[in-house]
Amino acid sequence: MELTLGPIAYHWSAEKKRDFYARIADEVPVGTVYLGEVICSKRAPFFERELPEVIARLERAGKTVVLSSLAEVMLKREREATAGLASLERPEIEINNASGLFARRGRPHRIGPFLNAYNEATIAWLAGQGASHVCLPVEMPSEAIAAASKAAGALGIGVEVQVFGRAPLAVSARCYHARAHGRIKDNCQFVCEEDPDGMPLSTRDGGAILRVNGIQTQSESYVELLDELPALQRMGVSHARLMPQDVDMVAVAEVFAACLAGHLEAGQARDRLGGLCAGTGFSNGFYHGAAGYRRIERIGAAASS
Amino acid sequence: MNETSDFSAAGELVCPAGTPAALRTAVDAGADSVYCGFRNATNARNFPGLNFTAEELEASVAYAHARGARVLLALNTYPPAGKVGLWRDAADIGVRAGVDAFIVADMGVAHYIAETHPGARLHLSVQAAASSPEAIRYYCQHFGVRRVVLPRILTIPEIREIKREIPCEIETFVFGNHGLMVEGRCSLTNWLTGQSTNMDGVCSPASDVTYEREADGSMRSCLAGFTIDAFGPEENAGYPTICKGRYVAPHRPEGYYAFEEPVSLNLGRLLPELMAAGVHAFKIEGRQRSKSYVRSVVSNFRRAVDDIRAGAEPNLADLVALTEGQKETQGAFKSKKWR
Repeated sequence: MELTLGPIAYHWSAEKKRDFYARIADEVPVGTVYLGEVICSKRAPFFERELPEVIARLERAGKTVVLSSLAEVMLKREREATAGLASLERPEIEINNASGLFARRGRPHRIGPFLNAYNEATIAWLAGQGASHVCLPVEMPSEAIAAASKAAGALGIGVEVQVFGRAPLAVSARCYHARAHGRIKDNCQFVCEEDPDGMPLSTRDGGAILRVNGIQTQSESYVELLDELPALQRMGVSHARLMPQDVDMVAVAEVFAACLAGHLEAGQARDRLGGLCAGTGFSNGFYHGAAGYRRIERIGAAASS
Repeated sequence: MNETSDFSAAGELVCPAGTPAALRTAVDAGADSVYCGFRNATNARNFPGLNFTAEELEASVAYAHARGARVLLALNTYPPAGKVGLWRDAADIGVRAGVDAFIVADMGVAHYIAETHPGARLHLSVQAAASSPEAIRYYCQHFGVRRVVLPRILTIPEIREIKREIPCEIETFVFGNHGLMVEGRCSLTNWLTGQSTNMDGVCSPASDVTYEREADGSMRSCLAGFTIDAFGPEENAGYPTICKGRYVAPHRPEGYYAFEEPVSLNLGRLLPELMAAGVHAFKIEGRQRSKSYVRSVVSNFRRAVDDIRAGAEPNLADLVALTEGQKETQGAFKSKKWR
């Protein structure tokens, strides 16, 4: 199983992204890096100038680079961005919206987690239309992951599961970052840049539960599937995705790599990860068919829903 | 399938039926079409006590057809891998029952129906979240989709633009619950409860709802133990739908509706504009609603649409009155400031 780095969900400054990917290129044991703005089309221009150099840098370092498309496509600029991406010969692209499938017209591509490839019938359909790789929706339980992986394997396409980072829980046409600041999407002034790991939302009695990232709603805790890596591997999951958070992602990737290589026990790995992500809880409920926020300690203890 | 169904008249009223009795009520009140689902995860209103058995569906189709109304079967959830058979069986049962169209979201389900039942009419559910001409055309091109139910995020000028670029009919929601998240892309309920909107057809389920009264008379409405909102002794405690709760953020320590206030959608005033923009069918939300609600809403919309069709001035005040006393919104339809 190969580690990948998913696209940055947040509005990090161009400088922060450039520095981040320089470290990723030089230091991080992942084979594939997904780049591009998936959440908000207004943010995309800030990093577009930098992209060619970042792609070249990552490729020189031996990474496979994949450009990810927007999850929500409605406005003219979003339609144009998606069509533009779909017209590229290289690098590879990951499609997150049916408008991208339309524009790609059967040429090879990957399927992103927002496209809702939940089952073997959909995966077979997509593979027949040029999909070479599918990232499954984050909420899928282990039995469904196993069945989907088996189908993907039989079709000869890759299958990917998010194993680290906040769970993407919802997207909207409305920007909730702007709303929190009394603005709307059109005059947001990019206030989301203030929250490089999302804006916390707590219940009125003080329980932190969600994060706002522009039009996206994420989980408060990080999904963390260290314990589950061997099972994912046995199911035939070919790629494990780390979502960039505002923590030392080089060290996070090293923990997962060491765990995959058998150099680190899952328990030790989690202790180390806990130190790297101090203050943030870990969850694996979705995988176990339970409420996503839950942390289920042992594989098998609650493996069925 | 009922091949003779006539879907040609613009201004079609598409009405909810959570039970066979509600279906008969909607038909009697003037629904052109009624949508419903089976008692399982194959539809997005998989609530206890709601929905149809195969026998009930068959009898309901007969009732509707005898009165010139159509039945649309919602198969609009996403089967998790390994459970696709339930959705395929549901489609086969629907064909045998003679439903007039299937409302689908999952590509695998759409492909199955298109291949196995080539005469079947497919409508693209709002759960597919097709909000651009390209996305809609993808489903038309590959699965022969004849109608798209548009997400509630577009303004009327945007709907008019889309209509110009797609080869199928448009259905829009005009009344009822106003969901805030992109449909078919929301796992909030699963995060808190372990039941998935996409895979199980469940949203903020009643089985996980509790109301906790404090000593001072204040009330918390909770989902799976999480406080979704809190109310003073004088306030009415609302239902804890996650995207309509009040939360605390760093800039909003007082607690605020982070996503949306608990409002209902009422586009009564906009019906003429929507028809002029090329909207073919108007959808009324509320399969979980009572018969009397269905009767009142459907008959009022029936009169308004008939007036518009006849070139008469519709009495839109009646439609507006349906949500009187509640907070209502025209959502995204009137202005993009909503975003």
